[in-house]
Amino acid sequence: MIRVQREDFDPGAELAALTEGDHGVGGACVFVGLVRDLAGEGRIAAMTLEHYPGMTEKELARIDAEAQERWPLRSTLIIHRYGRLEPGERIVFVGTTSAHRQAAFDACQFLIDWLKTKAPFWKLEETAEGEHWVEAKDSDDAAADRWQGQGGG
Amino acid sequence: MKVLYFAWLREKIGTAEEDLPLPPGVTDVQGLLDWLRARGGGHAEALADPNLVRVAVNQTYVGADHPLGDGDEVALFPPVTGG
Repeated sequence: MIRVQREDFDPGAELAALTEGDHGVGGACVFVGLVRDLAGEGRIAAMTLEHYPGMTEKELARIDAEAQERWPLRSTLIIHRYGRLEPGERIVFVGTTSAHRQAAFDACQFLIDWLKTKAPFWKLEETAEGEHWVEAKDSDDAAADRWQGQGGG
Repeated sequence: MKVLYFAWLREKIGTAEEDLPLPPGVTDVQGLLDWLRARGGGHAEALADPNLVRVAVNQTYVGADHPLGDGDEVALFPPVTGG
């Protein structure tokens, strides 16, 4: 399942909902991404997440489907926020459940790695020196690439 | 067709969206990018480095050789930075 929203979410409640009523779940894995207050040297006052409504949902659903195909998952949830967020605020939630832990761990990591390089979101950082768009990182591409043709098992 | 711009491409070009008839002679994404660049100004500046431009047609990533039709929604944006 995917959700794109401006408002915050409650990670505990989301995790509880992911496993509720399914006694076939043996393990759940959750990743929560937060706004950091440091970017290189300058302090960040806030960041604004822009996205492409329509394509964002489509792309997240595609990534979610890919994970379901690669691993034996019981349930998944991706939540991604947009709008202006301050340091310490939650940006993204990725939750996966499966009968055994390895699939949940791997799928969770896969989802956040692919999301970072494929879902159409852009971060605009506000610092004391002004606003600037965050540049894509080669390390994120490398993290996404290692899942190429890999998974399942 | 509808052309959408996001993030710093939108800022450089100065608009989030424009409605254009499919320009004469343009049949694919590469053709549209060349045509937009030839308009100069913000378009030329925003699209100067092809390595920094991602393209989606009807909300799906495509390559430069993807064919275009008049009813398409084309989106141009920089590499994504969500998560």
